[in-house]
Amino acid sequence: MAEITLANLAHSYLPDPRTGDDFALKEMNHVWRDGEAYALLGSSGCGKSTLLNIISGLLRPSHGRVLFDGRDVTDAPTAERNIGQVFQFPVVYDTMTVRENLAFPLRNRRMPAAEIARLVQKVGAMIGMEAELDRKARGLTADAKQKISLGRGMVREDVNALLFDEPLTVIDPHMKWELRTQLKKLHQDFGHTMIYVTHDQTEALTFADKVVVMYDGRVVQIGTPQELFERPAHTFVGYFIGSPGMNLFDAQVAGRRARIDGASFDLPAPYVTGRGRVQVGVRPEFVRLATGGGGVPARIDRIEDVGRHRIVRLTVAGGEVSALVPEDGTLPADVDGIVFDPAGINVYEDDWRVAPSAGQEAA
Amino acid sequence: MNKTVNQKAWFLVLPVLVLVAFSAVIPLMTVVNYSVQDTFGNNVFFWNGLRWFQDMLESDRMWNALGRQVVFSSIILAIEVPLGVFVALNMPKRGFWASFCLVLMSLPLLIPWNVVGTIWQIFGRVDIGLLGHTLDAVGIDYNYTQGFIAAWATVIAMDVWHWTSLVALLAYAGLQSIPDAYYQAAKIDQASRWAVFRYIELPKMTGVLMIAILLRFMDSFMIYTEPFVVTGGGPGNATTFLSIDLVKMALGQFDLGPAAAFSLMYFLVIMAISWVFYTVMTNLDNRESRR
Repeated sequence: MAEITLANLAHSYLPDPRTGDDFALKEMNHVWRDGEAYALLGSSGCGKSTLLNIISGLLRPSHGRVLFDGRDVTDAPTAERNIGQVFQFPVVYDTMTVRENLAFPLRNRRMPAAEIARLVQKVGAMIGMEAELDRKARGLTADAKQKISLGRGMVREDVNALLFDEPLTVIDPHMKWELRTQLKKLHQDFGHTMIYVTHDQTEALTFADKVVVMYDGRVVQIGTPQELFERPAHTFVGYFIGSPGMNLFDAQVAGRRARIDGASFDLPAPYVTGRGRVQVGVRPEFVRLATGGGGVPARIDRIEDVGRHRIVRLTVAGGEVSALVPEDGTLPADVDGIVFDPAGINVYEDDWRVAPSAGQEAA
Repeated sequence: MNKTVNQKAWFLVLPVLVLVAFSAVIPLMTVVNYSVQDTFGNNVFFWNGLRWFQDMLESDRMWNALGRQVVFSSIILAIEVPLGVFVALNMPKRGFWASFCLVLMSLPLLIPWNVVGTIWQIFGRVDIGLLGHTLDAVGIDYNYTQGFIAAWATVIAMDVWHWTSLVALLAYAGLQSIPDAYYQAAKIDQASRWAVFRYIELPKMTGVLMIAILLRFMDSFMIYTEPFVVTGGGPGNATTFLSIDLVKMALGQFDLGPAAAFSLMYFLVIMAISWVFYTVMTNLDNRESRR
């Protein structure tokens, strides 16, 4: 188990990167604390897998260093780093039985046979394949093969870190929950540093203590699920996390006053903005419907009933906006605007969140 | 689904029957014809039963040729298959050099058999050949027209030179079908180079290697042109393989009856061995798909 430090790390697949766009991974400094479970969340192609492969040593970063507990391992081969990694698509050794597959990483480390047998039995139970241990791995279904891959990743107890690269993509939904629970339990029992890559926010939020959101080769926010929900640091976090995502409005902000589409309202704290594009972000949970010309002018387009609540889709200043309203109660017929719950208002400039200037942020 | 019965459909099969009859069955039947008859000349033939078959089965000459043939095929398989796999493992996976190697590897396969024979015939000559002269100069007694070992070494080296590429290309195709994730997983699992070969590369190559072995076996079992050009079957009968012996018998001595019996048995042996290969291969495939 180890603390993993990324120092000035950046990676480009091109031999001679010049501009920021040439980098698959933009320069970052980050410490993955020993024993924490992280989720790495982001849309496809944002550099998640690249980052993972750099940590496990499958890829050598073009810039910067990787440190395990302060020791520089940038040039150390994968085998030396002693890391468990599970890939998106199942990898099994066809000619071996399930048992031999699970024992393979242990046998390569020349562990005593009795110890191997014990660990394999344990991990076999964990992935629910005790009954199939002596079957050949060839010809098993894709999700059984993926369970074996997971098992091979988890079978070593002394790994420095466990990395999961969207491991549950091919697994069917009820098994997903089961396996994710097993992973969490494994984490509680052994306290491995775990990094779990996914583009599924539910998966990320349920698995991890800390969620790392990546966008376009950059880490845009690291935080608890609650922080990501209440104070998205970047507009990408705002609309990527949450269902539906955060509403963004082009606005003029001056001190405690903000103006959207001609209507102005109070902000919970004073903000100082520069010359960039200023936006106000409000999650649908904090948007209230208003009548009698009291808020930002809006028109209801349609209402979607999703069971727990209703999603009201509105048009504001030409853009689409969502609001969540409770399942019970009727909607007023003459909705002509929206107002915001002050607790849910965030101000962004050029996509990055602006902190309130006086430090008297309303909770 | 209801099938309509229409016996006229047989006429659609007729062209194939005619074609196969003229290209294979009728020529084969003339051989069968010769194998059961004898003649004293003047184109008069009489029935001879299975005497020629009996004669051939009792002839040391045929058994010796068969023995040499089996030894030859075994040696070249034992060299070409591992060597081909080794070459494939060391070829670049992508980029300019991959294409370059592929072209280079396929060159020997494009050269006609008798040209290959001629190349080696000259290459091995002690007076003007680079190989022969060099070996002679360093004091090795090398003369493929006289030495038994030199003749065999030359014929085997020639076949390895000519055909290892085929095995290498097939093995390479098998290797190319392995996704990168397998190698990455093997690194994560801290597998040794040998384990990667044994548990990832070899299993993925099994199918193409079976085809390579089958092709190389059949081809080497029927080899004629190259040793004929280089050694002419000599010295003595040292490199007289089945085909060379058969041609000597049929065209050299004009013993059509025994030669016909010989060729039928030769044909049956190749059929039988290929059938065994085919059965093993399809069984392997079935086992894979059934599990």
